[in-house]
Amino acid sequence: MKKRSIRLMLAALAVTVVAGGFAGCSSKQEAAVSGNVTLAGSTALQPLAEQAGKDFTAKYPSAVVTVQGGGSGTGLNLVSEGTVNIGNSDVEAGKKLDASLASALVDHKVCGIGFAVVVNKNVKVDSLTAQQIQDIFTGKVTNWKEVGGQDIAIQVIHRPASSGTRATFVDTVMGGVAENDAIGTVQDSSGSVEKALTDTQGSISYLALSYITDAVKANVTPVKIDSVEATNANIKVGTYKFWSWEHMYTKGEATGATKTFLEYMVSADNKALVEKLGYISASDIK
Amino acid sequence: MENKKFITKLKNEYLGRTYAFACGLFIIILTLSIIFFIFTKGIATFTKDGVSLAEFLFSTVWKPEGSPKSFGALIFIAGSTLVSVGAVILSAPISVALAIFMHYISPKFGSKVLQPALELFVGIPSVVYGWLGFSILLPMLKAGFGGIGFSLLAGIIVLSVMILPTIASISADAVKVVPANYMEASYGLGATRWQTISKVIVPAAKGGILTGVVLGLARAFGEAMAVQMVIGNSIKLADGLYSSTSTLTSILAMDMGNTATGSTWNDALWSMALLLLIISFIFILIIRVIGKRGE
Repeated sequence: MKKRSIRLMLAALAVTVVAGGFAGCSSKQEAAVSGNVTLAGSTALQPLAEQAGKDFTAKYPSAVVTVQGGGSGTGLNLVSEGTVNIGNSDVEAGKKLDASLASALVDHKVCGIGFAVVVNKNVKVDSLTAQQIQDIFTGKVTNWKEVGGQDIAIQVIHRPASSGTRATFVDTVMGGVAENDAIGTVQDSSGSVEKALTDTQGSISYLALSYITDAVKANVTPVKIDSVEATNANIKVGTYKFWSWEHMYTKGEATGATKTFLEYMVSADNKALVEKLGYISASDIK
Repeated sequence: MENKKFITKLKNEYLGRTYAFACGLFIIILTLSIIFFIFTKGIATFTKDGVSLAEFLFSTVWKPEGSPKSFGALIFIAGSTLVSVGAVILSAPISVALAIFMHYISPKFGSKVLQPALELFVGIPSVVYGWLGFSILLPMLKAGFGGIGFSLLAGIIVLSVMILPTIASISADAVKVVPANYMEASYGLGATRWQTISKVIVPAAKGGILTGVVLGLARAFGEAMAVQMVIGNSIKLADGLYSSTSTLTSILAMDMGNTATGSTWNDALWSMALLLLIISFIFILIIRVIGKRGE
């Protein structure tokens, strides 16, 4: 009896493995809007991709969208190797991959994402110039009183050097000047940045606007950059510069369900979701 | 009849043996291929990207972006070493004391309460230690020393708690097997209990205790999650116990997913993985040597 059940289990296992293999292959089918679309990469884009994937399947029941995180570099690697259909990235492929690999990829800018420089609740500064932010993140300014606040030491919280958010910050706010990693600490996720900001006197960092919900605002304060408030509205009219495109890369031109999904991402159908989750619809960016 | 006998024998004997042999072979192949993979990836930094080994091991300049690029990993090597050695220094005496307490001072309490508690300790996932460190230890450090809390000291404390059960349980096994006539002889010479413990039991169990210490050190070296959450991850050498720094594992965990395969940056991360592997090999060798000497 026991042996039979083991045999049964083995058979079931074998069937699952074989079926899994077939399911994996089926993504290559060229049928209209059916098959698998696999995405991997950027954790900043992941919430939107996941929800849009669910809506997409609701619209086209025979299409299955699978979304994984892993980071922008992982997404670009996997799409470049052909392991996934779409690689999500916060930064342009050319910045991560070799030119030869990057040139094989096709960029689809699916939405924009805004960021804000945020400080601990007790910091009495609500606006900083880009120059002041640069001085803070390079370690030239070390006390809030030097930029119009109270007498508290500044505690810088960085993102890791490979982070897409950090790359955007350096390009758009720091004017290309590298952050000084020898000062302050490094936190590798929005959640840890928020926790560290909440708990650390005089701390400063940056977070995506899609992450800064009202609940998060109770813990941290976004500051204006050059007197411009960090809002999606200001990004749309072009006055606030701390934002970036979210990219979905395909290897060569997209085909089949992948193509339909990419079209769906920027369609009017998906716009409400994009805005609800705090991203900026591609059609609104000038 | 003969045939049936053969089938029974096949079932009883060869099936199991073949299965066990296949599993053994599989493990060996798996280990070798992992080593081979990490090795080929890890040396690409030096063969393909032209970073010198001396720069990688002895330079403190880690600038994977911009120009000129520089891939000195000394900050991380020093960070890993300091945090693990610190943890062992803190943890080993307590562990040995626990082991002796469990077997010679209060065996009943030891076997009923301490032993299960230690076993439970081993099962706690490292992320939980990290989270506890983040939300309990850091505020305490901040209250005590001021500043931000993220520090080498926080990493050492979290790790020392993590490796305590490893060292303690192996030391406990070592002191347990010290022959009873050693102690009887010691008491017979008029030694006190403390003299017996410090002069007879601990020296006799030295090999086992050292094995435990090295295993604890190896575990501390390889731990990523818990340390990364409390150490602060600044790219600089620690200039004191209460200063933030990075370790090999924390930089690996933070940057691996965000760098592209084939870039020098990614290769340098693989080199760090290789370095970790080599260090753990060295630890295993040390344990072997201690084991041999003990025999």
